[in-house]
Amino acid sequence: MTSRARWTWLVLITAVLLAMAIGYGAWSFVQYQKRQSAPASVAVTAGIFDPSTPHVVFRNTASGAGYGHVASVPLNNPQGPRTVTGAVCDRIYSAGGTNACLRTNAGIVTTFEAAIYTADWQQEREWPLPGIPSRTRVSPDGTLVASTAFVTGHAYAPASFSTATVIAKTAGGDFGNLEDFTLIVDGKPFAPVDRNLWGVTFAPDDNTFYATAASGADTWLVRGDLDKRTLTSILETAECPSLSPDGTRIAYKKNAVPGPSPHWNIAILDLASNTETVLAETRSVDDQIEWLDNQTLLYGMPRDGTVGDNDIWSTGVTAESAPQLFLEHAWSPAVVR
Amino acid sequence: MYLSFSDRRGGKADQSVRTTTPFKISPIIISLGLVSLFTDISSESVSAVLPLYITGALGLSLVAYGFLDGINQGISAFVRIGAGWTADRSDHHKLVAFLGYGLSAVSRVGLLVATGFGAITSIIAIDRIGKGIRTGPRDAMISDAAQPEHLARSFGVHRMLDTVGATIGPLLAFVVLLFIPNGYHAVFVASLACGLIGLAVLGIIVPARKQRAAVIAAAAGDAEGKSAANAPRARFRWTELNNPAMRKLLLVAAIFGLVTIGDGFIYLVLQSRASFATQWFPLLYVGTNVAYLLLAIPLGRVADRWGRMRLFVVGHGALLAAYLCAALPTAGATATLACLVLLGTFYAATDGVLAALAGQFSTPASRASGIAAAQTVVALSRLVASVGFGILWFTVGRQQAILLAAAALAAVLVCVVLLVRGIKPTKESA
Repeated sequence: MTSRARWTWLVLITAVLLAMAIGYGAWSFVQYQKRQSAPASVAVTAGIFDPSTPHVVFRNTASGAGYGHVASVPLNNPQGPRTVTGAVCDRIYSAGGTNACLRTNAGIVTTFEAAIYTADWQQEREWPLPGIPSRTRVSPDGTLVASTAFVTGHAYAPASFSTATVIAKTAGGDFGNLEDFTLIVDGKPFAPVDRNLWGVTFAPDDNTFYATAASGADTWLVRGDLDKRTLTSILETAECPSLSPDGTRIAYKKNAVPGPSPHWNIAILDLASNTETVLAETRSVDDQIEWLDNQTLLYGMPRDGTVGDNDIWSTGVTAESAPQLFLEHAWSPAVVR
Repeated sequence: MYLSFSDRRGGKADQSVRTTTPFKISPIIISLGLVSLFTDISSESVSAVLPLYITGALGLSLVAYGFLDGINQGISAFVRIGAGWTADRSDHHKLVAFLGYGLSAVSRVGLLVATGFGAITSIIAIDRIGKGIRTGPRDAMISDAAQPEHLARSFGVHRMLDTVGATIGPLLAFVVLLFIPNGYHAVFVASLACGLIGLAVLGIIVPARKQRAAVIAAAAGDAEGKSAANAPRARFRWTELNNPAMRKLLLVAAIFGLVTIGDGFIYLVLQSRASFATQWFPLLYVGTNVAYLLLAIPLGRVADRWGRMRLFVVGHGALLAAYLCAALPTAGATATLACLVLLGTFYAATDGVLAALAGQFSTPASRASGIAAAQTVVALSRLVASVGFGILWFTVGRQQAILLAAAALAAVLVCVVLLVRGIKPTKESA
C-alpha cells in the first residue's frame, strides 16, 4: 500500500467509527429526552406526603418524569399512586424526622454528596462524599446519619478501591472514618492493611451500631461503640447488617460463593440465641436489607433486562419464605412507621 | 562499563562525543503516540465510569473490586515480561503490540452485553492483559525509531500524547453522562470506537520493521554487500540484558519503587484534610495529568542534555516534595495544587525516562524484554510499597505514615546519589 492509500484507509475507518459512535450517542440522547418528557410510567400524585402516615420512602426508578426522585407510598397501599418529591437521590433513608440522601452530581466534575432533608423534604445541609454513594442509614431518633461511599481510584493508583464509612451528627460534626476505630476480631485487636467498613445500622441508644468489617475475602458483622470508638466482631461472613424494629434480630447478606463472583443469600441472626437462619431467596441479593415489620424484610433487586431500573421485593423471616414483588420500579426502601 | 549516571550522551557505545544532531521526531513515534492517545481515551473513559456503572446502573457493590485490581496488576506485570520476550524472540514487535491493543479494544464489546459482576471483572482482566502485552514491544519500537541522543525527549513526546488521551477519556465520559444520564452504553460505544481507531493507526500507519533483521542487514551491508537477506537471524539472549548498566538501572528502579506509594494514597491524605481536595477528589488526577503532559517533553529534553539517570533521580526528589506537601498541616487549595504539580513532575521526569534508560541499556534484539523488565520491576516494587504503606497508614495514622514514607524516600535518595557519585569519575572516559 502506498502512503497515500494508507492514510485514505485510516481516514475512512476513523470517519466511519466516529460517525457510528456519534450516531449512537445522538440516538441515546433522543431516547433519553423522550423518556424524560414522557409521562411517568406509574401513577403519581402531586403534593406533600403526610409524614405521620406510616409509609415507605424510596428512589423512584419508573421511567418518565420523576425518574431518580425520592417518592413515597403509604404502607397500607404500596401499589397506589406515588407521591414524588423534588429530591433526587441514589440512596435514601428516613427515620425520626430526618431524611438522609446520598447523590451523584453528574458533570465534567462528577462529585458526590450527602444531604439532609427535613421531614417535608426541604434540604437542610449537605457535605461532600469522597466517592460513589453506597449505603445510608439514620438512627431511630434522627440524630445520627451513617453514609458509606466507594472511594474510587484510577489507572495510576492500583488497588485503591475502598469504602469510606462515616457517622455524622444531624446537627453537624462527625465521628470520623470508621476505619480509624479500634477493630477487635475474636477478642483481639486487628489492624489489617486492607480493612474496609460499610453498611451501618443503628440501635436506638445513639451509641451502639452494627456494621460490616472486611479484610481480604473475610467479612465480619461488628458491633460498634461510638463512645469507646471500638468495633467488635460478633459473627463471620455477614455484610450490610440491618437491625429489626424490635431490636432482637439482625438481617444481613451472607456470601455463599467466595471469590470474584459472590452470591449473597439473605440471613437472619437471632441476637439472644446466636442462631442464624438462611432464607430461601435463590437470587443473589446485593442490598442492605430493610425491615417492613418484625416479620417481613424488604430489599432491592435489579430489574431483569433493564439497566438503571430496580424492583423492591419482600420476604418473610422464616427459612422457607417465598419472596414476593413488593414495589415495582423502586430502589433503596426506608420504612417510616 | 560505559554507564555513567551523569552521561550527557545517548550512551550508546558508538557515540563517544557529544553530538549536536538536531532533534527530529520520527513519524513512527507520533503515530505510536496517537495509538496510545486513542487507546487511553478508550480505556480511561471506561475506567472512570465503571464504578458508577456497576453501582448506580447495575445495582451491584464494589468491594471485591480492589482485591481483583491487585491481582490484575500482578498478572499484567508477568504478561508484560512474557510479551516483551515473545516480541524480541519472534522479532514481530508490531504484531505483538497489535495483539495487545486488539485484545483491549475487543474487550469493550463485552461491556455492551455484560451485566454481572463476574463478567465485568473478566472484561477488565482481559483489558489489563492487553495493556501488559503491548507496553514492552511498543516502547521498544519507540526506542528504535528515536534518535539515540534524543531518546528521552522522544519518549516524552509519546508520553505527552498518551497522557492527553488519559485526560480526555474521563472528561469525555462525564460529558456524555452529563447529557445522557444512564448513557453508559454511549460511553462504551465511544470507547470501542476510539480503541478501534487506535488499532487502525497502529495497523495501517505504523510500519512493521524487523528490528533485529534491520540491524543484521546494516551490519552485513557494511561488511560484504548485498547478502544480508541470507544472514542467520540473531538469537535473543537474556545475557544481552545482563550488563552492569542494566543491573544498576533495575536496582535503582527497584529501590525507588519500594518507597513510591501510589498517588491514590496521596489523594486520600489530601482529601482527609482539605475540603478543597474532597470536593474535587474525582478530578485530582486531571491536575496531575496536566502537569505531566506539559512537562513530559521539556523534561525529556533536560534528561537527554543533562543526564537521564540524573533526572530520574531528581524526579524522585519531586516525589519527596509531593509527600512533604501532602503532609503539610495547611489545608488550602494552593497546597493541594502544588502537590498535584509535583506529582506530575515526578511522572514526567521518571516514566518515559525509565523506558529511555532501559532502551539505552539493551541491544536492539533484547529491547522489548529490557524495557518490560524495568517496568515490571517498578510495577511490582510499587505494589509492595503500596501494601507496606497501607500497613503504616493503619498502624501510625495517615499523617505519620506519609512523613515516614518521605523519610524513607529521602534516605533512598541520599543512598542513590552516593551510589551515582561513586561511579561517575572513572566512567566518563569508558
